[in-house]
Amino acid sequence: MSTVPTWVQLVYLGCAVAFILALKGLAGPRTARAGNLLGAAAAAVACAVPFLHLDLDHVGLILGAVALGSLVGAVGARRVQMTQMPQMVALFNGVGGGAAALVALLELEHLVEDGAPTFYLVATAFTILVGSVSFSGSVVTFAKLQELMTSRPVTFPGLPVVFGLAAVAALAVGVVLSTASGASVWLGVGLALLGLAVGVLLVLPVGGADVPIVISLLNAFTGLTVAAGGYVLQNVVLLVAGTLVGASGTFLTLLMAGAMGRSVSNILFGALKGGSTLGAGEASDRPVRSAGPEDVAILLGYADSVLVVPGYGLAVAQAQHTLRELVEVLQARGTRVAYAIHPVAGRMPGHMNVLLAEAQVPYEQLREMDDVNGEFKQTDVVLVVGANDVVNPAARTSPGAPIYGMPILDVDEARQVVFLKRSMRPGFAGIENELLFDPKTTLLFGDAKATLTKLLGATKAL
Amino acid sequence: MTLDPAVVWLTIFVLSVFVGVEVISKVSSTLHTPLMSGANAIHGIILLGAVLVTGTADSGLALVVGLVAVVLASVNVVGGFVVTDRMLRMFQRRKPAKGQPAGSDGAGR
Repeated sequence: MSTVPTWVQLVYLGCAVAFILALKGLAGPRTARAGNLLGAAAAAVACAVPFLHLDLDHVGLILGAVALGSLVGAVGARRVQMTQMPQMVALFNGVGGGAAALVALLELEHLVEDGAPTFYLVATAFTILVGSVSFSGSVVTFAKLQELMTSRPVTFPGLPVVFGLAAVAALAVGVVLSTASGASVWLGVGLALLGLAVGVLLVLPVGGADVPIVISLLNAFTGLTVAAGGYVLQNVVLLVAGTLVGASGTFLTLLMAGAMGRSVSNILFGALKGGSTLGAGEASDRPVRSAGPEDVAILLGYADSVLVVPGYGLAVAQAQHTLRELVEVLQARGTRVAYAIHPVAGRMPGHMNVLLAEAQVPYEQLREMDDVNGEFKQTDVVLVVGANDVVNPAARTSPGAPIYGMPILDVDEARQVVFLKRSMRPGFAGIENELLFDPKTTLLFGDAKATLTKLLGATKAL
Repeated sequence: MTLDPAVVWLTIFVLSVFVGVEVISKVSSTLHTPLMSGANAIHGIILLGAVLVTGTADSGLALVVGLVAVVLASVNVVGGFVVTDRMLRMFQRRKPAKGQPAGSDGAGR
């Protein structure tokens, strides 16, 4: 391979620095948008470089393919509803992993011809294997979140054995591929197929609330895949950008798992050991206290302080705007109102903040869990809209519960609690919530949007 | 005396790991979703790799596989940045312009 011109290397260095700054920007609310745009600009520049200094073949076809992919990506990104954000991220992540695996397969052909050293072949095998795992795993998470298949853990007898065999076979093929004498493109194809199987088997037993953590983990996988691909292609931008995503993604995954009080291995393999996220999943017939919108309006309208706990049910019903109106009416009456946001509210950590921001809820009214938890004791009424697991005291009190150990919002300490619920069906984690049967709890049944509209009307009429 | 290229690459890798962890270590949970989505877009830079291998493809099959990789990577990088921007735009403080009645929030403080 001929030497890469110095100016190209310098441009790549600039792009690598831009990616670091982009990621740093994304970590703060003030700088996030600028960071993202900087990342996009760096990606555009980096991808333009090879056209300028290399004598590439098939330029027209490549540009056509770029245009097609960009169109699909942009239209998908514009059309997707905010509630479906997690599966969209999963899908984008999956295609990235798939692309990396294909790139490595193509490069493998050249490496085999040239008799490349072991180091390159190891990196190539890694890219093919992990890229395929990321692709098929992401497709399964997409199917789960889009409800194309059940979102509960899928297990069958012998799954651990099949998974183990596939993983061992993939590793064995990877090792053979890495020895110069054994390397062949067909072995690479076999490795990719094994990787696809491992990805599916890895994600199938993960259920419900844990799926988003897996998206984050697969995101980190794709990052590392791209980094290894960067070594294979001897391209520093790919190496740095991929490593950044791999490292920060791993860190983010651990953060999120911590917010749920779970370890990553428990999330991945918990269902195989039995229990974990498998819950009862059926409604109970114990007595509860329910009320109509007018009663709840009085409760809210004459409270001094109200905390709202929004959950995914709110977003599914597209009721965020109605909720914001209700909060504004209460604030106009002189009630102190804020939103208490659990870190994993919604279908993905931080998802609820996005959904409320979409409904133009001012950023300052959103309170994080650690910040707000001490205030429930002094709160007159907590309004829980479409949330369940994140306020379930079982996380503190029942060591046997699947969510035991998960930090929760201490809603049970408030003076009054109102649940807006569609039915008595348990939440995402599939376990019953004792708080629903507490004497200070009032239930308001119905679709979140319809109920909130009635509640809004009744509150205005006070 | 020259450096072993493999070790140079390893050095870049190890340092990047530390940078990656360091830059996001203080992120608030509010931004987890956009951050994940933004990081997801950044690894879409594999498009650069896809362009490189496709531009040097020497068989019809390799060309087809390469073009598929280019399409997939373009979806990743463009879709990723666009969707992240869409989310982040909503986090920006709104100015009471464009016919929105001013002072609708904060009235009841």
